[in-house]
Amino acid sequence: MSATLHSILTFVQTWWVELLCAVLIVLVVPLIAGYIVLVERKVMADMQARLGPMRVGPHGLLQPIADALKLLIKEDLIPDAADQFIFWLAPVLSMTAALTSMGAVAFGPWFQVARDINIGLLFVVGVSALGPFGIVLGGWASNNHYSIIGALRSTAQLISYETTAGFALVSGFLLAGTLNVRSIVETQRADHAWYIFLAPVGFFTYLIASIAETNRAPFDLPEAESELVAGYMTEYSGFRWSLYFLAEYANMIVVASVGTTLFLGGWLRPFPNVHWLGWLDAAPTLLLVAVAAYCVFRAGKQPARVQSLLMWAVAFACFVVAIIFALTGPFGHPRLRFMHDGLYGAFWFLLKVSAYIYLFMWLRFTLPRFRFDQLMRLGWHILIPLALVNVVGVGVALALTSEFGLNRWLAMVFTTLATLGIAMLLLRWNDKYSAAASAALLADSPIVEDSRAG
Amino acid sequence: MMPIGHYLFLSLALFLIGAIGVITRRNVIIVLMSIELILNAVNINLVAFSRYYGDVTGQVFALFIIADAAAEAAVGLGIIIAFFRNRETVLADEMDLLKW
Amino acid sequence: MLDSVIFYFFAGTAVVSAALMVTRRNAIHSAVFLIATLLATAGIFLQLRAEFLFISQIILYVGGIMVLFIFVIMLVRLDVPLPQIRSRMQKWIALFVALAVGVEAGVVIFLARKVPGQGLLIPNPAPAEKLPPNTEELAKGLFGSYLLPFEIASILLLVAMVGAVVMAKKRADAP
Repeated sequence: MSATLHSILTFVQTWWVELLCAVLIVLVVPLIAGYIVLVERKVMADMQARLGPMRVGPHGLLQPIADALKLLIKEDLIPDAADQFIFWLAPVLSMTAALTSMGAVAFGPWFQVARDINIGLLFVVGVSALGPFGIVLGGWASNNHYSIIGALRSTAQLISYETTAGFALVSGFLLAGTLNVRSIVETQRADHAWYIFLAPVGFFTYLIASIAETNRAPFDLPEAESELVAGYMTEYSGFRWSLYFLAEYANMIVVASVGTTLFLGGWLRPFPNVHWLGWLDAAPTLLLVAVAAYCVFRAGKQPARVQSLLMWAVAFACFVVAIIFALTGPFGHPRLRFMHDGLYGAFWFLLKVSAYIYLFMWLRFTLPRFRFDQLMRLGWHILIPLALVNVVGVGVALALTSEFGLNRWLAMVFTTLATLGIAMLLLRWNDKYSAAASAALLADSPIVEDSRAG
Repeated sequence: MMPIGHYLFLSLALFLIGAIGVITRRNVIIVLMSIELILNAVNINLVAFSRYYGDVTGQVFALFIIADAAAEAAVGLGIIIAFFRNRETVLADEMDLLKW
Repeated sequence: MLDSVIFYFFAGTAVVSAALMVTRRNAIHSAVFLIATLLATAGIFLQLRAEFLFISQIILYVGGIMVLFIFVIMLVRLDVPLPQIRSRMQKWIALFVALAVGVEAGVVIFLARKVPGQGLLIPNPAPAEKLPPNTEELAKGLFGSYLLPFEIASILLLVAMVGAVVMAKKRADAP
């Protein structure tokens, strides 16, 4: 008995950092996902010239808490003819896949659960591929026509764009030469370039595929309100629905993190090796001080006392964090210098992930929705060939660089242009083919015949 | 590090359960799933030996088996769909067109 | 200590899920238990330090093949799970034969330790810390000695893809 206890204690002692990160992920990510929903509603409101949630808490900041409470106390409805076991299992699968895949994501150089595994980013991609199971099983278990059609559509969309995302990531892996998350970021530092500049086609293909992977607009046909009731989530209410919802937003964070790590330089600041841009190191501190100053400036103009108190509180918090950043920075206290990499890296990483997610939201409120067949055509006819050609192109460029000693940037520019040229050709052929196909379809259609006859 | 006998016994147990599934079930889809189980059992065997002999050949072979299983599952399920369209059944007992 | 806990956890899950899989009436339940078995097998691969194989199993088998199975089960779903009206003896014969084979092979496996010179030769495995990184080793094998099977496997997958599409496609003249 004491031997077991002793081995458990040694285990915790050796791995306490990773265990702490894991516990933080499981506890904090649902809360953060809730606040991302609030941010989305505020951004949506801003783009639609209105204010968004303002009532619950100052400036609507307690809205996610109120929503979570409401969902928790709602009645848990299970349809009579539903398959009980799978109805229970499906949202659990979705949430488990989303949270487990966060295990290998490095939010900055210190915060990572599965450190130094040699399949790093592939683990994230692979485990998040278990997400569609929660969707398709949930739709089936609901015993509802809308659910199952929505589930099949959503799963078909997800597995189609998984291939594209995989190919786009492969072009990044070819450049990095490794799957290990830390090595990918370090290689970007050593190469003096974020891989978005070396493989832009890969990045943009991954961006589009990741929008489709997380069921976000303009690819959100399976869960749009005006289509199929609510798709696979129709019969789910209360806490089960919130599990699905949180899994979707956690997936967004995962997908943004993968894109950031591989293409946007992870936790490196812009131009990490350029010495005369070293003043960028002070950017986190300056940014936080600017936010604090803005809050102080606006605090006096708030209509309600609670809101101005909130502004003062936010300003104070930002100021405190700015002081922490300044103390650990290059001009700070030498004893605290060891925290520099972790804190600053986490700041830059979260900034990039936020930019990526803001881009998701921006696209959601700007573009109209794709029809399902248009979505599938985009995935299979256009993006997969493009991603394939991109992989070949990056491989050729790397071969040219290593075998023939060509300049890396020249090779990359050349292959990017070649890939884009082939993409133009593909689009041209696709238009011609689909025009011919729809013409042939219309010619056989009885409707057209009747109108011609009558 | 478990003794290799444990992995071999696990592989054997999964293989036998898969074999029972193939022999006993009527639903052809479940038969296909049992075949996948058999292939997995073989994979465990190969990877265990690869680890114990320090040779990567076992893992390469297991990777090929996984790719192979994917191809076979795809084709097998295509056949089942085509058959279902014609005969409206997936039970092995009722697929008796060639019986005299 | 940790090693055996992990092994028994994954092995137990695999065997129990497999047994549940072959005995369910409902095909979707069988599929879900097969997913559990495949995940447990992936765990065994991870314990054997075959990390790339672990993630390949998850991406290809669980994320690919099982999605295909679930789609097909939903497409051919007949409303009522029909009872097994065939002879009851079939089940018991299968069980008996399986037990017999199992006991026989188990004796062979475990005799290896008791009687030296008979049974299996037990090799000495290298300790886990001295293993080379798995992905690189696998890549060296796959693109080095086993390049030809690799290319043939890709042609096989292409052929299977074309075959599956052709077979599952609705015919142009079908109603």
